[in-house]
Amino acid sequence: MSAAAPALVRLPVWRARFVMAGLVAAFFVLAARSLYLQAMQTQFLQEKGEARYSRVLEVPGTRGRVLDRNGEALAISTPVQSVWAIPGDVQATPAQARKLAALLGADARELRRKFEDTSRDFIYLKRQIAPEAAEQVALLGLEGIYQHREYRRYYPGGEVTAHVVGFTGVDEAGQEGVELAFESHLGGTPGSRRVIKDRRGRVVEDVESIRAAQDGRDLQLSIDAKIQSLAYAALKGAVAAHKARAGALVAIDVRTGEVLALANVPSFNPNNRAQLSGAQLRNRAVTDVFEPGSTLKPFTVALALESGRVSPSSLVHIGSGGLRIANYTIQDPHAQTVLSVAQVIQKSSNVGAARIALALRREDLWRLFDRAGFGAAPQIGFPGEASGRLRPAGSWRPIEQATMAYGHGISVSLLQLARAYTMFARDGELVPATLLKSNAPAPGTRVISAQTARQVRAMLELAVQPGGTAPRARIMGWRVAGKTGTAHKQENGGYAEDKYIASFVGLAPASAPRLVVAVMIDEPANGQYFGGVVAAPVFAEVARGALRALGVPYDAPLEPVPLPGAGDEAREST
Amino acid sequence: MAKLNLLLLLVLVVCALGLVTSQHKARKLFSELERAQGRAHELDVEYGKLQLEASTWALHARIERVATGTLGMRTPDARQVRVVGVAGAR
Repeated sequence: MSAAAPALVRLPVWRARFVMAGLVAAFFVLAARSLYLQAMQTQFLQEKGEARYSRVLEVPGTRGRVLDRNGEALAISTPVQSVWAIPGDVQATPAQARKLAALLGADARELRRKFEDTSRDFIYLKRQIAPEAAEQVALLGLEGIYQHREYRRYYPGGEVTAHVVGFTGVDEAGQEGVELAFESHLGGTPGSRRVIKDRRGRVVEDVESIRAAQDGRDLQLSIDAKIQSLAYAALKGAVAAHKARAGALVAIDVRTGEVLALANVPSFNPNNRAQLSGAQLRNRAVTDVFEPGSTLKPFTVALALESGRVSPSSLVHIGSGGLRIANYTIQDPHAQTVLSVAQVIQKSSNVGAARIALALRREDLWRLFDRAGFGAAPQIGFPGEASGRLRPAGSWRPIEQATMAYGHGISVSLLQLARAYTMFARDGELVPATLLKSNAPAPGTRVISAQTARQVRAMLELAVQPGGTAPRARIMGWRVAGKTGTAHKQENGGYAEDKYIASFVGLAPASAPRLVVAVMIDEPANGQYFGGVVAAPVFAEVARGALRALGVPYDAPLEPVPLPGAGDEAREST
Repeated sequence: MAKLNLLLLLVLVVCALGLVTSQHKARKLFSELERAQGRAHELDVEYGKLQLEASTWALHARIERVATGTLGMRTPDARQVRVVGVAGAR
């Protein structure tokens, strides 16, 4: 049997074509798929790929510091650690948990309960702990417990600067005071950047900066920490000595309008705000208004002088039975029946001031008060600045015109009052107040003529001499000038018989004023309530220290100032 | 033709090696930068802490207490102070 050559089998052509078509079809499917992946889904896929190695890191922007005018720090941010946990992942023996609780200053049982609550993915165990404690927590090496860095604000000045500087919340956003008012200046904006991390979590490459972090800028205030500290101590002493409810003080540099000190009592410690009451938080000097009483008399007299109706030596009839308008009698405790205009200020006579005011047009009086800044917020940029109350002149009745002459029926804040007095200190110009440091003298707006301002200043100087209402405001070495105020407190729509607000606004040195200091003591309840006894000594203490700190030359002979004896002080009408 | 191809291959290899080296250098420099930045930040933090400490020690109330208590200092009487005027200053 010969080996026959295998017969050539002719396969049907369609089979080859079938395989060919199948291969071509498969190729097309692959091409289509790759087209789909490359062209249409590329972004999604690239993102997924990058997610394996690239990370977006948050870059914190630190908050700027708050400094006083000499560069002393009033508020600084320092980093602290916050400890957090993923409850489901935590593995800790009871001993470790106890140790952790001790480090965090937390209750161990409370902590364990937190760990067992697996319904949440993220809990803070303790926010803002000191870096040393955080390091010890890290050394425990517990699983599921992590830390991240936060910033916390510290206030070295404590209660002394608490009201000016204010404070921030736990997330470093300003909540009170300058911290709130200048939030946009101080606050940093966190940035973010994309990086590539290696297997061990180290950053190997900075891919791009998505947003650059912006650090907040430093803010330099006009406050002088030395004068501020002095003012706070003096005020606190006076409030305690007179068993008063509260007190406030504002000191303004006359040349620049800078607020050198702004103090309030009671105060609080901004570093530890566990128990705060509303009374402690109130920045009375800026946000509270009160009826200023006699401290407004110089404005009435200035207007009368300006109108040319009176001169400082013109006589005003006081009488002995008070001044009766409609069915209200304005009382005056003074014995004299005739006083000169200068004596009306010196002895603070209500009847005298009322008589002078009644001779003036009420529109003119309103205009002067308005231009002195009463009835409008002082705009130093502080949150909650009070604008006070100054009713339009058209609605004043004669009795109101008379009482407004000695500061009743109108309400002002202490800051407004201090700023208004700069017009007497700057020869008729009112200077805008500011909380920020400025190096150049500020331009003022003229309200009264220089001559009138000097005349009023001379009267204010008389008021602190023996025979005036505030001989206790004097200091050795410098001439001072000022006006006391003692007003009944308003309560339930009327005046409280036995509650007073004692105030004093003074300028120094009287020959070329550099400083205006306004003091307000709320409800002195230790027997004494006159502004000349309660508030004037605070002025003297602060002015003495501040003038020395500012290096203001003496303008008075260096003789000890005798303390006023009984009867030396003129009794002020309230 | 083959010669040219060989030459191109050589250039390609050199370029590729260059890329690898520069990438490596860049990464090393970057991690150095990272470290330096971290150090700068640490110093900044330290500065803040020291500033805090300084202002705590320099509290006016504390200075006053130390001056009057420990050192027995007192504020001079105005009569004992001589004010010296500087020409040109007010």
